[in-house]
Amino acid sequence: MSTTAVTPSKSPAGAPRKASPRTAAPTGSSRIGLRANLRHIGALARRNALQIKQDPESMFDAVFMPVIFILLFVYVFGGAIAGKGNQAEYVNYVAPGLMAMMGMNIAMGVGTGINDDFKKGVMDRFRTMPIARSSVLIAKIVVEVGRMMVATAILLGMAFLLGLTIHTSVFGLLAAIGLSLVFGASLMWIFILLGLTMKTAQAVQGMAMIVLMPLQFGSSIFAPPTTMPGWLQTFTDYNPLSNLADASRALINGGALAHSVWMTLGWSVLITVLAAPFAVSKFRKKT
Amino acid sequence: MVDMTRSHTNAVEVRGLVKHFGATKALDGVDLDVREGTVLGVLGPNGAGKTTLVRCLSTLLVPDAGTATVAGYDVVKHPRQLRRTIGLTGQYASVDEKLSGWENLYMIGRLLDLSRKDSRARADEMLERFSLTDAAKRPAMNYSGGMRRRLDLAASMIGQPAVLYLDEPTTGLDPRTRNEVWDEVQRMVSEGATVLLTTQYMEEAEQLASELTVIDKGKVIAKGGVDELKAKVGGRTLKVRPVDPGQLPAMAAALRETGLDGIAGSTVVPDEGVLYVPILTDEQLTAVVALLGSRGFGIAHIGTHLPSLDEVFLAITGEKTADSDLSDAINEEVAA
Repeated sequence: MSTTAVTPSKSPAGAPRKASPRTAAPTGSSRIGLRANLRHIGALARRNALQIKQDPESMFDAVFMPVIFILLFVYVFGGAIAGKGNQAEYVNYVAPGLMAMMGMNIAMGVGTGINDDFKKGVMDRFRTMPIARSSVLIAKIVVEVGRMMVATAILLGMAFLLGLTIHTSVFGLLAAIGLSLVFGASLMWIFILLGLTMKTAQAVQGMAMIVLMPLQFGSSIFAPPTTMPGWLQTFTDYNPLSNLADASRALINGGALAHSVWMTLGWSVLITVLAAPFAVSKFRKKT
Repeated sequence: MVDMTRSHTNAVEVRGLVKHFGATKALDGVDLDVREGTVLGVLGPNGAGKTTLVRCLSTLLVPDAGTATVAGYDVVKHPRQLRRTIGLTGQYASVDEKLSGWENLYMIGRLLDLSRKDSRARADEMLERFSLTDAAKRPAMNYSGGMRRRLDLAASMIGQPAVLYLDEPTTGLDPRTRNEVWDEVQRMVSEGATVLLTTQYMEEAEQLASELTVIDKGKVIAKGGVDELKAKVGGRTLKVRPVDPGQLPAMAAALRETGLDGIAGSTVVPDEGVLYVPILTDEQLTAVVALLGSRGFGIAHIGTHLPSLDEVFLAITGEKTADSDLSDAINEEVAA
């Protein structure tokens, strides 16, 4: 009964359906099929995209952050690290690193976004609808990955203007972008979890900064770790942001890449496997 | 009386539902039924547990104890199937404010597995029905309160739910907008919807509901038909306003001493400076007036009237001074 009686028909106006007869009680399909799931994610992603259209200022970070960061780092640190006048060389070092950092910053925004979203009644509606609750979160990630692509494109555009040269091939570049997106998407689960756990968006932001600062600067993103003390080198060796920066660098500039690529993928899988189930269950229980 | 109605199917059945938040007993053993195709009004003051009840029945909260079924589906065991049969309009409009009215409805159509074509058609149809066609392309954040609430109702109706929950649907609306919402609800009911309506407005319950369940502090304190409930509270009420409000307790005490039938249900409302006395017979009325006169109480105003739902409610949930006997009596007679 439930599948036929339950599918809203094309009957006129808003005529409500009669309560389904109770003879065939709860045997109806309870699981949501893959196609339905993708359709739901699509509809919800469309919602998130339309929100951006309605509120273009929410794209400011994705558009301006890459421009500001690459200009600052290339011209402030570039001379000191690569030698005066050799800033262009530093571009090839720092741009892949900034790709990693960009992903992390965008991911951080997801946490505050989810936190805000939750204060609105529309979440109650989603949670009383026959959709997988994870689809709300996955749709958010889909759109945020889109934002990350915009940020990465702008970053690379700037980098090329400042003298970035591809020493491998366009496929290497695409692989580096793909790897950054995969890792960024995995990070979003952590920030979604934070966003669902903490009370206010400000708290999420504060907490995120505490986690992010050491990860960003205690890494190979801005400077080679060779001059760092031993304990810090050990930290940067395992810091996933270093791994990602090294992998992107190798994919763009050439060099040994197996270790850093595998480390990055390993981190991505590990983070997703640990954080995603917690985030979904937190979302389910949130009142 | 209730048994006669049992021949109909109950769309909602709640038995002994309990939900505690720490030490707060939001729901403390609630029983209620909503017959298919009817409107049950759940009446109660702020904090009575109305919203908790709706959240339990819509799978947003898991109850601590008791059972609840909606269209035959258990809220705990079959939440997914249950979600296919319900529509919810909360106290706060549950639409996406950044999206236009049309986009909101289209999205919900898609989430309910309608095809793109059907979702579009249904969104247009519902906007038309709720007189929102002109505002279809505007973001919902620019809607007036009434428009937003209508959009919310439209969103709840997209999937033609068998059971609709309206959680204080007119709270915070001006009278004109409130009437618009009432018209819409009445129309849905005339088309056969089963509705569970929570409200703190007696007028709203009287307008929309055929049966009432009154809850307070997480407990059902009275239930029955609207007229039935009025009848149980008694025919007329005598309203007495003494010159000196300080005499209210003395007046109530004097009346209680007479031991007349139903007099124990007298209610003192200090804020209004008024004593309400239930009157069962003409002889009683004469006796009460005579007594108040003979005791020499100065009376500024006196009159009788039939009880409104407000007074029914006050009589049941009001202060525990004089009306506790009455509420117990109602519990026994009506809830049995």
